[in-house]
Amino acid sequence: MCGIVGLLVKKHEHREKLGEWMTPMFTCMAARGSDSGGMAIFGESLGQRERRFSLFARDRGYDWEDLKASLLRRLDGNSRETARMDTRANHAVLVSSIEPATLRSWLKDTAPSLHVLSVGQVIDLYKDMGDPKEIAVRYRFAGMAGSHCVGHTRMATESDVTPVHAHPFTAGEDFCLVHNGSLSNPYMLRRTLEKRGIVFETDNDTEAACRFIEWRLAQRDTLANALHHAFRHLDGFYTLLMATADQMTLVRDQFACKPAVVAETDDYVAISSEFRSLAHLPDISKAHTFEPEPEEIYSWKVSAPR
Amino acid sequence: MESVGATVKLDLAQTTVREVNHFLQHELGKEPAGAVEILNPAGAHNIAVGLDAPVEVHIRGHAGYYVAGMNKRATVTIHGNAGKGVAENIMSGVVRVKGDASDGIGASGQGGLLVVEGNAASRCGISMKGCDIVVGGNVGHVSGFMAQAGHLVVCGDAGAGLGDSLYEAVIYVRGRTHGLGADAREEPLTDTDRVTLAELLSAAGFDYDPEAFTRIGSARTLYHWNTEHREAYG
Repeated sequence: MCGIVGLLVKKHEHREKLGEWMTPMFTCMAARGSDSGGMAIFGESLGQRERRFSLFARDRGYDWEDLKASLLRRLDGNSRETARMDTRANHAVLVSSIEPATLRSWLKDTAPSLHVLSVGQVIDLYKDMGDPKEIAVRYRFAGMAGSHCVGHTRMATESDVTPVHAHPFTAGEDFCLVHNGSLSNPYMLRRTLEKRGIVFETDNDTEAACRFIEWRLAQRDTLANALHHAFRHLDGFYTLLMATADQMTLVRDQFACKPAVVAETDDYVAISSEFRSLAHLPDISKAHTFEPEPEEIYSWKVSAPR
Repeated sequence: MESVGATVKLDLAQTTVREVNHFLQHELGKEPAGAVEILNPAGAHNIAVGLDAPVEVHIRGHAGYYVAGMNKRATVTIHGNAGKGVAENIMSGVVRVKGDASDGIGASGQGGLLVVEGNAASRCGISMKGCDIVVGGNVGHVSGFMAQAGHLVVCGDAGAGLGDSLYEAVIYVRGRTHGLGADAREEPLTDTDRVTLAELLSAAGFDYDPEAFTRIGSARTLYHWNTEHREAYG
């Protein structure tokens, strides 16, 4: 069992409310998964020149100042490159114009213990082991702003319980996925993708689904086409919730035995494994509430221009 | 808890499901039966389970999983949607959902009536053993799976795999069926079916002509292990 949650606000003025509305959804679903939790938040776009890198250190007392100093030395004398960092406990969001592959390789050499959780112009990602209620407090989810976010509370049924095995998983840029269920053929998917040079970070089944779909997107499939490929090639049980820079997408497998409830109003689209985690939302009694059908693709676009 | 005339009001914003259920299970039978209102259910699970008294319970809002599970004698109305397993193992009484219901509703139900005014999701009436289920809208895939006794009435459409591995329960569908499951087959309506349908539709409050329904029953080819078919069992 795991819990998945997603929220997209339709009006620009509600972006400040995103974290406030989402956090009770997330903490309520701790009842479905209490060994790890994570959240991806899609905020304001940076524009073409810079990217956001969500960094994670296993050590809660990690010395980010040391990394900042190394970065400054790296930038010294190069006026075209930028870098700034916002830290929250053992997570940091580094915003930089340094090309992603270059920055990744520099981080690998300079700070080999760090994990890069996400890269993109919009996405920030926080995930960790432990009680999701504590995770929400540690990374101040309630104060987060943005257009949409997806979260996950994990009760591991396969692969290890570590922060990097927690969801959301990411691949490429500004793409993330959370999963409730279990896949039977993640190793087959993985072998197929590894032959194409795609590198995995964990042995988790969801990472295989995430990288499979992102690989299709990189092949210039639309998300809908990528998901039709996924329906054919993913074997197992899944409710998948995905987000890109400007959309949130939900699918269930043909058996639809992993739950999901959608509640939509003029102000928001809220998704959760169980209705009870949506009960606090404004005007929820007037929301159009439904369960997604098997192998139907449900997508919602961020409406306001970035 | 607030008592207004014969109506007892229980507010789940002020108390717990455990306390509400304790009251419903242990205190109700002691007094003359009146109505009970449960306010602010907020999708909580296991509301009003295990009742065994001829009482009327109204849940004002959306309920979570297993609401009115194991119901005996009580009439429970959910004025909203209901989660998985509504009235699972219902023994007697009536459970009514005014909105939609999730999957696996009325599972293993042995008696009584379950009515959903909206749609029900997959595996509706799975393994039902004698209860009656009437759904005003559609039911999802593999509904009536391994249903042993009782009646499942679907006023709308039925998803794929309807009545898979059906035993002696009978399914009636008014709309379109997106494929029958293994060993389920269409059968002609009998006079007994017409009477049963008329009674169930009337009890559920739906005004449909029994003639508009198709009967699905078991072909009874999967009842016993058959060595001649051993290849087919893989």
